[in-house]
Amino acid sequence: MDYAAVDYFFIYFSVFITSQAFCLNILWNTRGLRSQLKDSVPVTGLCPQAGPYGVQDSLRRGFSSVKNELLPSHPLELSEKNFQLNQDKMNFNTLRNIQGLHAPLKLQMEYRAARQIQRLPFLPSSNLALDTLRGTDDTIGFEDILNDPVLSEVMGDPHIMTEYKLGVL
Amino acid sequence: RRIMATVSVCKYYPGGFSFDNCKRNALLEADISKLGFSSPAARKTGTTICGVVYKDGVVLGADTRATEGMIVADKNCSKIHYISPNIYCCGAGTAADTEMTTQIISSNLELHSLSTGRLPRVATANRMLKQMLFRYQGYIGAALVLGGVDCNGPHLYSIYPHGSTDKLPYVTMGSGSLAAMAVFEDRYRPNMEEEEAKRLVRDAIAAGIFNDLGSGSNIDLCVITKGKVDYLRPHDVANKKGVRTGSYRYKHGTTGVLTKTVTPLNLEVVEESVQTMDTS
Repeated sequence: MDYAAVDYFFIYFSVFITSQAFCLNILWNTRGLRSQLKDSVPVTGLCPQAGPYGVQDSLRRGFSSVKNELLPSHPLELSEKNFQLNQDKMNFNTLRNIQGLHAPLKLQMEYRAARQIQRLPFLPSSNLALDTLRGTDDTIGFEDILNDPVLSEVMGDPHIMTEYKLGVL
Repeated sequence: RRIMATVSVCKYYPGGFSFDNCKRNALLEADISKLGFSSPAARKTGTTICGVVYKDGVVLGADTRATEGMIVADKNCSKIHYISPNIYCCGAGTAADTEMTTQIISSNLELHSLSTGRLPRVATANRMLKQMLFRYQGYIGAALVLGGVDCNGPHLYSIYPHGSTDKLPYVTMGSGSLAAMAVFEDRYRPNMEEEEAKRLVRDAIAAGIFNDLGSGSNIDLCVITKGKVDYLRPHDVANKKGVRTGSYRYKHGTTGVLTKTVTPLNLEVVEESVQTMDTS
């Protein structure tokens, strides 16, 4: 989450400085789904292929090979993983074009604040404030019906997770 | 260290589709086809669905057969799904996909109409559906005919699995769409009366049923007007299951009885106990 915000700021400041703001924003806005898949494949997102126990998860991710680590297991996997991020980027972009730089900056600050409202590290949070800001508190999608993290069968060890969060691991 | 033996820190997964088994499935698919078997096919609704706009509203029609490969999985399935009190949607393609998509959109539209305080519009449902289907790039195999009456009059849309939509006065979808479209192209005229529109849709679906293997059984109609919805299921039983003319049952006394011995079994009641069921 953090690197996306930094990414955003970097792009905008560099654009502002070179004063080609208008052209570059149009380019960003018209990029379709396909181009986003090509340029921004986060290779680090797919490897290492470690599962919950720290070793290769053959059952879910297949045998370990270079091809396996570079390519997603389904064409939609990357686009779905980054969907919320990409939606936010597009919305902030449009907002910036309409209202100026201050609008997305203020909203990003609010998002960061809302994202910090969490429960203990091993408990799932409802993210109500974040949902309200995004406007998804009155919509239902597949992320609410399928694989609801509240109903997940595995849970991280509370001690390990709190230690990790507090940095004493 | 003890971390190696325990579960490492669990990342938070936001839910939704999980692509964990895709690689395994691809490998299995390749292996199974080498052995000569085939993996189970998804249940499709190989279908004829159509809709027509008439003077006061919209008439939607659908057949009722669901197929699983070459077998009829459901002889009387309902393909006209409820979206909102004034909007209904027929679905062709993978049965589960149409079912879940229409249910999700129906819930979203209900929440939206509660938040706006107004009756939902067909254009809203259309936009929600097309944005969802485009997001999944056609992997959700749902071809839909969306029709309803709102404050701006009657509207009819057809929505394809990849997310493109058309707003037209008459549409057909599914494997029997060509047969149904032939009937529409011949007899459609603007501003029909209700009876004529119902007859036209019924004939279009019948053409699909009789000329396409993927469609069959009965014809369902849904007539939507301002303030009233007539869900006619079934409107027309085009394919009645045949009645057996003869019976293979043997009459009493066909087999001659030679001897007859009766042995009563004397059972004693040893113990009787009552166990109450925990119904709390």
